[in-house]
Amino acid sequence: MTIFKRGVSRRRVLQTGLAGIIGSGVAPLVFTKGAWAQEFCNNPTGDTVTFGLNLPLTGTYAEEGADEQKAYELAIAHLNGEGDGGLLNVLTPSALKGNGILGKKVAFVSSDSQTKSDVARAGATRMIERDGAIMITGGSSSGEAIAVQGLCQEMGVIFMAGLTHSNDTTGKDKRRYGFRHFFNAYQSGIGLGPVLGQEYGADRRAYHLTADYTWGWTQEESMKEATEALGWETVAAVRTPLGATDYSQYLTPILNSGADVLILNHYGLDMVNSLTQAVQFGMRDRQANGKDFQIVTPLISELMAKGAGESVKGIFGTSNWHWNLQDPGSVAFTKSFGAAYGTPPSQAAHTAYVQALLYADAVERAGTFYPPEVIKALEGFEFDGMGNGRTLYRAEDHQCMKSILVVQGNESPTSEFDVLNVVQEVDRDVTTYDPSIFGGDLGPAEPVPMCA
Amino acid sequence: MFEVIFLQFLNGLDKGAAYALIALGLTLVFGTLGVVNFAHGALFMLGAFCAVTVRMFLTMETVTVDPERLSPWGTPLEVREPLVQAWLGDFGAVLVNYSVPLSILITIPIMLLVGIALERGIIKHFYKRPHAEQILVTFGLAIVAQEVIKSIFGPNPIPQPMPTDLRGAADIGAFLGMQANVITYPLWRLIYFVFAGVVIGGVFAFLQFTTFGMVVRAGMADRETVGLLGINIDRRFTIMFGLAAVVAGMAGVMYTPLLPPNYHLGMDFLVLSFVVVVVGGMGSLPGAVAAGFLLGILQSFASMNQVKAIIPGIDQIIIYLVAVVILLVRPRGLMGRRGVMES
Repeated sequence: MTIFKRGVSRRRVLQTGLAGIIGSGVAPLVFTKGAWAQEFCNNPTGDTVTFGLNLPLTGTYAEEGADEQKAYELAIAHLNGEGDGGLLNVLTPSALKGNGILGKKVAFVSSDSQTKSDVARAGATRMIERDGAIMITGGSSSGEAIAVQGLCQEMGVIFMAGLTHSNDTTGKDKRRYGFRHFFNAYQSGIGLGPVLGQEYGADRRAYHLTADYTWGWTQEESMKEATEALGWETVAAVRTPLGATDYSQYLTPILNSGADVLILNHYGLDMVNSLTQAVQFGMRDRQANGKDFQIVTPLISELMAKGAGESVKGIFGTSNWHWNLQDPGSVAFTKSFGAAYGTPPSQAAHTAYVQALLYADAVERAGTFYPPEVIKALEGFEFDGMGNGRTLYRAEDHQCMKSILVVQGNESPTSEFDVLNVVQEVDRDVTTYDPSIFGGDLGPAEPVPMCA
Repeated sequence: MFEVIFLQFLNGLDKGAAYALIALGLTLVFGTLGVVNFAHGALFMLGAFCAVTVRMFLTMETVTVDPERLSPWGTPLEVREPLVQAWLGDFGAVLVNYSVPLSILITIPIMLLVGIALERGIIKHFYKRPHAEQILVTFGLAIVAQEVIKSIFGPNPIPQPMPTDLRGAADIGAFLGMQANVITYPLWRLIYFVFAGVVIGGVFAFLQFTTFGMVVRAGMADRETVGLLGINIDRRFTIMFGLAAVVAGMAGVMYTPLLPPNYHLGMDFLVLSFVVVVVGGMGSLPGAVAAGFLLGILQSFASMNQVKAIIPGIDQIIIYLVAVVILLVRPRGLMGRRGVMES
């Protein structure tokens, strides 16, 4: 009451207002890193932060999707300080503390993308808009990856791609908000070409069967480039629908085409089916042009090799990673994953796990979840200890530059998991290429779009 | 060029065998009961999952932990021992190896019961209802069957290996006195073709040469007259529905090594099989078989690179193109009875 008796001076109003502002805690934010843009999509305000896992749990790439899910759950457990810590112990440099991300516990939501791009996009939209996902990750198809990273660019949410091998993902369709740890078809060609030349010679005639979507097209293109550089002739390249099950109609024309090598640009269940059926057609027992007929699967995983069984023995391909590598990162990851699930991790699981950790680490280093700052932290980041040697997240195209593997189906496996042999580790210097060759434009990081 | 054409012809016979087997069952049901059975594909799928179930039982394992040995990730090794081999020795291994053909023995009684239960429980209530209602109820049944299988076995395909002795390719060229290794074809696909021929021949012989078959054929021609003679034609038609289910189930079992079955398998084949029945002629058993092989062969030739170079994508649409043409110029199908589908 005394205030009113004495009247309210302008000075007193200003003093009280300033005190109120300081007291309410706004002022400290003004001096905090990243505070200039706290308004962004799904800015986490509680004590948890949510990852959106977009996984093909059904469809052609379902096995890879299921393995990715296990890896993400393991990565999230390790980020939250549970379990043995896995690769948190060997990642260098690392800002991860094992107490979540920026002190917030990591949670997740998931969606079955059914190995379909439109379903993947719808699932990602739902996880961003309804579930508040701060980051979307996963996928085992380049079609899905390209669709989802386009969406994430529109919504201002970072996408850490899972298994995607098309050149387009970080080529003509690259996006500022999309990042890929997995290698690509071009790098498969660089790695596999010399081995094929050494094993099968320079005088060969190749027939391609190719999954008819972005990954298959770029895989075929890269393999043609690599094999024709050796002196091989391409007899024909035939497209097959993604998810085809009966390849007999595509295989019979090969038998009398004059080809002596069949290159299967298939992945997942498609590859298991096409390879198994090619062997049933007697292709590996044939002679053509006076040589043993050969089959090549440019991209192969242990899950597929296990599915193909006897058919995969002796077949050459490339992989991003293999659980039997003996570097500390690979050993640590195989140990954690094997103890948790009773099987060794696949290359899909490895890339999924690594992507989850790299995102978390980038947020810690940026000190904020604000996407443009996290993007800056990832671009040009060089790290080690994750199983592929020293690796660079290239700023120009968001493609990881690292070593890759040339593998071969094991002729005499010692266990059900011992299905692939690592023939050669292709060094990062060899697999590095000019990012401009595939064109594309990353687009802007700012202004940050608002998802809702 | 002869080799290419011959191989595509074999491919066509192989595909056609599957189409013909499913279309035969569909036509049996339509010809006897007058029901358009959209659940028929589901019966093919259920047969395939009989094979999956038999193999699951035959490959059950005991798991023991051996603390002396370590897994690659450093935990005590889990040692798995197949139960059937442990109990039956080499004979158990043979049973596992031949699980697919052996499944036929289990599938026949199961599918017979499923077919009879389906007809007596649901289908018979729709005999006098419009075809649209029959289609709706049988389509609903197919979806229920799909979802039940999905909930039990999961959504993904479950590979079924063929017996190791039958995995290779047969050198047909050498058998015909030509150069070796020029015309080779997977042995199991040839077996499937022969199997289809035996089943189709068996069904025709059953209808042609048995008293039961004669009554059924008479019932197909004039149900009321046969009924007036004091013959319980309904019971025979029920058994025919069961027989159609058995044919579909056996076709599904034998197809599992060629196509790992999942819950959606029936739907994948159903649409094609209906096209086959329409092209062959609704209600005509020889028409269904002939159309099955004809469309299989056409599809196979359409997938030749030389053909696709002229008309890209023709292999994906050839069957439907033929169906459109047949429906336009001969609505009752190639061998259909006059008046059926023409009113």
